[in-house]
Amino acid sequence: MTRINRRLLLKGAAAGGAIAATEAITGFPTVWAQNAKDITLVHAGGSYAAIKEIGEQASKDLGFKIVMQAITDDVQLNRSLTQPTTIDINNIDSTKLPYLAGKGVLASIPVTKYKLWGETVPLFTKGSYPNGQMASTQGLAPIEAMFYEAADGKKLAGRPTDFLTMIPTIYNADTLGIRPDLVGGRDKITSWKDLLDPKYKGKTALVDYAPVGVMDVAMALESRGDFKYKDKGNMTKEEIDKTVKIMIDLKKGGHFRSFWSTFDQSVNLMASGEVVVQSMWSPAVTAVRSRNIDCYYVPLKEGYRGWFVGLAPMAHLSGLKLDCAYEYMNWFNSGWQGGFIAKQGYYSAVPSTAKKFLTPEEWDYWYDGKPAAVDIKDPYGTLMEKKGSTRDGGAIWDRMGNIACWNTVMDEDRYLTRRWNEFISS
Amino acid sequence: MTSIEHAASLLEEAPPAENAGERASWWQVSPMVAVLTLFFGLPMLVVLAVSFFDFDRSDIIPAFIFDNYVELFTREVTLRLYASSIKFALIVWAITLLLGFNIAYFLVFHVRGLLFQIGLFLLCTVPFLTSNIIRMISWIPFLGRNGIFNQALQGSGITSQPLEFLLFSDFAVVVAYVHLFTLFMVVPIFNAMARIDKSLLEAARDAGAGRFRTVFEVVLPLSRTGIALGSIFVITLVMGDSFVVRTMSGGQSASVVSALQNEVAALQYPPAAASAVIMVIIVTLMVAGILRLVDVRKELAR
Repeated sequence: MTRINRRLLLKGAAAGGAIAATEAITGFPTVWAQNAKDITLVHAGGSYAAIKEIGEQASKDLGFKIVMQAITDDVQLNRSLTQPTTIDINNIDSTKLPYLAGKGVLASIPVTKYKLWGETVPLFTKGSYPNGQMASTQGLAPIEAMFYEAADGKKLAGRPTDFLTMIPTIYNADTLGIRPDLVGGRDKITSWKDLLDPKYKGKTALVDYAPVGVMDVAMALESRGDFKYKDKGNMTKEEIDKTVKIMIDLKKGGHFRSFWSTFDQSVNLMASGEVVVQSMWSPAVTAVRSRNIDCYYVPLKEGYRGWFVGLAPMAHLSGLKLDCAYEYMNWFNSGWQGGFIAKQGYYSAVPSTAKKFLTPEEWDYWYDGKPAAVDIKDPYGTLMEKKGSTRDGGAIWDRMGNIACWNTVMDEDRYLTRRWNEFISS
Repeated sequence: MTSIEHAASLLEEAPPAENAGERASWWQVSPMVAVLTLFFGLPMLVVLAVSFFDFDRSDIIPAFIFDNYVELFTREVTLRLYASSIKFALIVWAITLLLGFNIAYFLVFHVRGLLFQIGLFLLCTVPFLTSNIIRMISWIPFLGRNGIFNQALQGSGITSQPLEFLLFSDFAVVVAYVHLFTLFMVVPIFNAMARIDKSLLEAARDAGAGRFRTVFEVVLPLSRTGIALGSIFVITLVMGDSFVVRTMSGGQSASVVSALQNEVAALQYPPAAASAVIMVIIVTLMVAGILRLVDVRKELAR
């Protein structure tokens, strides 16, 4: 009860601040710029996205201050819901939208405020690949997550409208990571079902996170032909039961070596050879390779598990601060950031701008899947890939154009968490 | 005169001053009461209240429903989680007790000279100068499939294949717990043993008791406050842990608290709160059981 009262109180205070701010900016553009100097925006997001260097560059380019805060997913949800005014720009991944949309904490973004919408990849604007083919809608697809019905931001529309839930920023295609030297070669694993192959008993791992862990197994079960899901991204209770039952049997038979919960754990499992095939994030694959251990982010014939991240302004922003937020979000996709994160293996929602901040060789390697003409370095100048290597999975649309299912929150997520706990404790 | 000395002197005074002494001791406990009320009592009440709340995906809804408890008590997994946590608690308790008792016994009765005794005692605490996360994680490269221990075993021809059960297993969890928590057993037992009058041991020997009989019939009963306190530390630490279980079992095992954490991460606070309430009750009962066996308060005042 007190929480509600406090929130109302905060809202009141924010509104008061808004009036003061509006009065202040009725003057000239110079006044505007003068005032903007004192603005500070708090940008909060996962450590892979809320990167300090990006905030520093933005502050330099824009003339107001961006404070980057890297936080974990549950902290982000908690702060967004219970202390929304502690965040200005919420760097959320799409799976946070089902928790936050319609709660009055995020503001919708009128398309007109976002200048780069026209140059954004069609995956986000229309839900299709560049060749016009519609992308998979299993899980929470971009088309389902990107738009609100109306300016009030109460309901997701599921079709293009004039009100964006967030400015799409980075995205990628996830798959299994393997140790080619320990499985007998890069071509030995070609399908999701290999994750469950008895050959690799005791040498597989999953991420200890129900929505992704279960989906990776579902991909494997479907390709093994156990059964077909209506929507792997939104399973029914029966489908969850069937899946978890098989998972428990596998676990009891010693099929899984580990369930990892941090990035470093996934790297160490792979590098130490405890595990030869597992769910993995792309930078973790690179981290294993940087120890001179072969690791391959293997393209699988059933396709990838896709994810995307964006920036959403918080609902408490108004006046000058909101204007700065729009300016910042426009800056974000104007190239510098896209170039920076490309070198970490992520794609920009506006590749044409990112291209300007990459050398032609870098562009060819990261986006076009061509053999590296020079040594490829990460944003901090550390060697990532030697000259001549190619990106696992190839060019952007060979990877992003083959998404089988998107990361998601299922309707039955409560049941899923429960069953996942049973699985882990079995 | 410090307040403690003052209070002590009050307590030692003749019966007429008893009321004043009682009042003084109330004043003395009041800061602790305030701290406990503010930082334990009130939050616990909030948790208790929330455990009866309803919830949807992102909100907790004030209500008075028993669903969270019903779900908790009707699920087989609850029993399994408690069985697993209690299993770990008992195994670790037994091992740390054996180690703790012997280490303390060695320090108190075999090491001559107070300086040497304290020096060795401090040595026991040296590992605690690093974070317990680091101490725990260092077991992983040691016990791994291609870890140092397996390489040594294979190199010396003792085994031909790496032993898989060493890491990401119950074994690994117990190893880490014992490593982390043995000192919590050593310290209170050391403390209790140090207070034993050495002449009692001589008397036992004079009366014809052998070494083991002396240990079991003199030292053990006189160290029981230490054993009780150490047991409380170890058992509550193991019961409340999620991190060690998760990391050392490689996510293969769960504890009551790690399951609760999964619920918190999915924003399911009311069932997590219900689980926490039950956990507090069970651990309190365990502690009460220990205190019933050994009246620590009386023994310490001895």
